[in-house]
Amino acid sequence: MIEVQNLTHRYGPRLALSGVTFIVGKGEIFGLLGPNGGGKSTLFRILSTMMIPTGGHAVLAGHDVVREAAAVRRHVGVVFQSQSLDKALTVEENLRAQGHLHGLHGAPLRERMEHAMEQLGLSDRRRDLVEMLSGGLRRRVEIAKALLHRPQVLLMDEASTGLDPAARRDLSNYVDGLRRREGVTILLTTHILEEADRCDRLVLLHQGKIVAEGTPAALRSRIGGDVVVLETEDTVSLAGGIQRRFGLQPKVMDGQVRVEIENGHRFITEVVEAFPGTVESVALHKPTLEDVFVRETGASIE
Amino acid sequence: MSNFFLPAATLWQRELVRFWRQKSRLLGVIASPLVIWLLIGYGSNTLGRFYAGALVLTVMFSAIFSTISIIEDRREGFLLSMLVSPAPRTSMVLGKILGAATLAWIQGVIFLLFAPLAGFQIGLVEGLAVAGAIFLISFTLTGMGFVIAWKMESTAGFHAIMNLLLMPMWMVSGALFPLAEAHGWVKGIMWVNPLTYAISLLNHTLAVPNVTPGAAESLAVTVAFGVGLLLVCGVLAAQKSTRSAA
Repeated sequence: MIEVQNLTHRYGPRLALSGVTFIVGKGEIFGLLGPNGGGKSTLFRILSTMMIPTGGHAVLAGHDVVREAAAVRRHVGVVFQSQSLDKALTVEENLRAQGHLHGLHGAPLRERMEHAMEQLGLSDRRRDLVEMLSGGLRRRVEIAKALLHRPQVLLMDEASTGLDPAARRDLSNYVDGLRRREGVTILLTTHILEEADRCDRLVLLHQGKIVAEGTPAALRSRIGGDVVVLETEDTVSLAGGIQRRFGLQPKVMDGQVRVEIENGHRFITEVVEAFPGTVESVALHKPTLEDVFVRETGASIE
Repeated sequence: MSNFFLPAATLWQRELVRFWRQKSRLLGVIASPLVIWLLIGYGSNTLGRFYAGALVLTVMFSAIFSTISIIEDRREGFLLSMLVSPAPRTSMVLGKILGAATLAWIQGVIFLLFAPLAGFQIGLVEGLAVAGAIFLISFTLTGMGFVIAWKMESTAGFHAIMNLLLMPMWMVSGALFPLAEAHGWVKGIMWVNPLTYAISLLNHTLAVPNVTPGAAESLAVTVAFGVGLLLVCGVLAAQKSTRSAA
């Protein structure tokens, strides 16, 4: 449903996207995970036909984003990170205007508006001005608007930005239902780990390149065992010590030493005994996507 | 056909609805030209001569106010979803410009209520002619605002252009002093300033005596300028770019 091939983009001399290639199948929820400035927004702008890439191709719902932008726009719904609603209009008026932009009118438009508002629990707020709505409700209107023309593909850019955890969970559940009920293919960008974890597959983007691709579980399993994070005053010498003594490859980051190891709980006692008095705190966790990102790039997502 | 006119109509309607819900905008647009007109007009005993200039200023403020929203809308707002919809860009441009021009026209027509103060007696037929001229001028100034706003990244830039280009253009358009009384190089500028023809067109319809340029010339230049700007707007909006549209 989405085919991205060797996509490259330069803003003047700055390379924002470099040879990005991936395929998303019908009905998949596909995530682009990475820090701000990693290339997510650039990729999103290209896929949503707001900008043409300086190199490579992207095909959505069978149409090329550059040569057949109008056809892509008919089959793709877009939810922006920033607000795209007219705050001075009501929920209903926003949806109607969106329908008109897509050439819908009369009874079919009314029917779709009813359906969309019902799906997103907006029916009783239809006559409210958008500026009176909470952030979570506005997001729901944005989604209703993006889905009004029944797109095959839904693109969502950091759609949960500014939402509280409960609203974020609602959004996730809704997206999941949408895929199951209507087979919509969903591509979303995020820097939030829980959100990335709920994707079927994802790519990690760093400095415009894909550094890893796979299901969340497969990505996490790249890290054999546990992650142990040690805090100490002199991180470099502790890391060197661990490397010499245990033959491991610790990473020093943000004033911490991180070690990937099986049976981490045993390693903790060993390391604390081996360097008495140097370790200030120890933490152990099962691998997260953040750990995978750190492993592949040496940088953190946040 | 409906794919072209429906988006244009919906955007036109949106401008009107927004305006109706923010009626205080009306005061902001009309009050300042009115004060300028009354102060200069009474002070120099030229209420009648200065009237067309003040009316065009009202229309210009309204046009600027409407088109400046394009800049804000692009970062956060309705323009984003317009840009990724299949509606032709030219139809969006037409809707936006017609909507903004209609608002400018309404405000210009309201300003017309003050015409008797300047000693103008406007009957129904003259009224229609004046209203027509105001619409033409509204359309032209909105087109100009659109061309300026489209490529602009910040509203601060728009204010700079307003002070450096639009206001001086208005000052040497016959709004403050007639073309016939102008001197030297300023007179030359007035001859090539499209706004000069807008002001003279309005003065002709108000039956002000001894107006240069002539009526036909004024009408022709104003129409040509408006159509030219509309074409430029269409071309600008239809451009594809490797820089983001938003």
